Amino acid sequence: METRRSRPAQPWIIRVTHWANVVLFAIMAGSGLRILAAYPLLGPRGQDYDWYPLQGVTAPAALTVGGWLAGARHWHFAFGWLFVLNALVYGTYLFASGEWRRRLFFPRRDARNAWETVLHDLRIRKQPPEPVGLYNGMQRLTYTGVLAVAPLLVLSGLAMYKPVQLPRLTALLGGYDVARAIHLIALELLALFTIVHVVEVILHPRTLADMTAGGHARPEPGP
Amino acid sequence: MSTQSRRRFLAAGLRSAGVLALSGIACESMRPQTGFLGLMEGVNERFQRALFDPTRLAPELPEEEESDPEDFPAYKIGREFPVAPAGWALQVRGLVARQLTLSLQDLQELPRTRTRVRHHCVEGWSAVASWDGVRLSEVAHLAGLDPRARYVEFRSFEPGYYSTWDLESALHPQTILAYATGGEPLQVERGAPLRLYSAVKLGYKMVKYLSEVSFLPVRTGGYWEDRGYEWFAGV
Repeated sequence: METRRSRPAQPWIIRVTHWANVVLFAIMAGSGLRILAAYPLLGPRGQDYDWYPLQGVTAPAALTVGGWLAGARHWHFAFGWLFVLNALVYGTYLFASGEWRRRLFFPRRDARNAWETVLHDLRIRKQPPEPVGLYNGMQRLTYTGVLAVAPLLVLSGLAMYKPVQLPRLTALLGGYDVARAIHLIALELLALFTIVHVVEVILHPRTLADMTAGGHARPEPGP
Repeated sequence: MSTQSRRRFLAAGLRSAGVLALSGIACESMRPQTGFLGLMEGVNERFQRALFDPTRLAPELPEEEESDPEDFPAYKIGREFPVAPAGWALQVRGLVARQLTLSLQDLQELPRTRTRVRHHCVEGWSAVASWDGVRLSEVAHLAGLDPRARYVEFRSFEPGYYSTWDLESALHPQTILAYATGGEPLQVERGAPLRLYSAVKLGYKMVKYLSEVSFLPVRTGGYWEDRGYEWFAGV
């Protein structure tokens, strides 16, 4: 327990992979949106998915990377490897170090706190929830959600890249065009998360200092 | 060597090393086949070749899955769709025991193959049509393929339109020289009289208006590839 307590709020591997991910995710999202601009409809030709509300919507050029279709594809498939590699370093550390215990969402431990946090933030509940460790239940739920969506982003990307050579993966995801929809919707969910995340960081600047310099160790209450 | 000239020599050496290192890591969107992006295209080609299984077939789809021909776009590189020259015939050249000249009738007398697979465009869309033709592997067999051949170049009678493929993808059972689609002879916008069709490449690799197939020991480029699109482009 002594060693765990002396670990800073954000250990250096988490800080390095977090900031690397900021750059890599921006490149992947920007180049992906430039690729999408070549054909911004979901669904096979002539069978556009009518359930998808953002058919035909493209990103402003300033938010894209790669300039044109072939340029963006080269960026996307070059940096995709670094994006996945960085995520693997993070994921390996998360589990090997035991950090997952204070970062992942466990319904029994965190559901009540998550709910109380939402009620408090919405000014429905006056009394603040019991203070917890590094993250409250709602943060744990959100970060765990991101970690669930991210592999889907990579797998759907692989299925679109190699629909013939990876037939089982492609079929599992519902085929090429469904994989393409999953890929874009996963990006949209992560973009939504990023916006909320940045707003929260602006409201709580100490978290930015922690993610940059590491911050002080904080005791974790028992389960 | 004087101190001054040594210093100048060192400075020049450092400068060129710096330029080399920078050009090695540069990411230039308008020249995506150079620098780091080009290096990674090579890595991705190796990844795609490692995944490629010459016996794995793309699913053949039922007729109901065919797209309306109106929904299956046809692109052209020039202002007009090109028209085949009179007396058109396909030339088979390069590392083969017998060079061949095959008329459309010659090609139609070879074993006919129909393939109906999902078509993947580099732009992101997919569509389905049926294509009739002769397997390229059949033509290679007829010409007597030399084992030194590693690549296949497809040339068009439309000037400047061509592509090169790795031999393995070219000899895949779902790579055909197609002369019909939807059971009808190819129309001019689909590549009449003969075009390449395959389940294992993106659409831009499938050269239309074919005039020549050459088996080569080295790779050349392609119309789209020379403009910056990936060379391997498997699916």
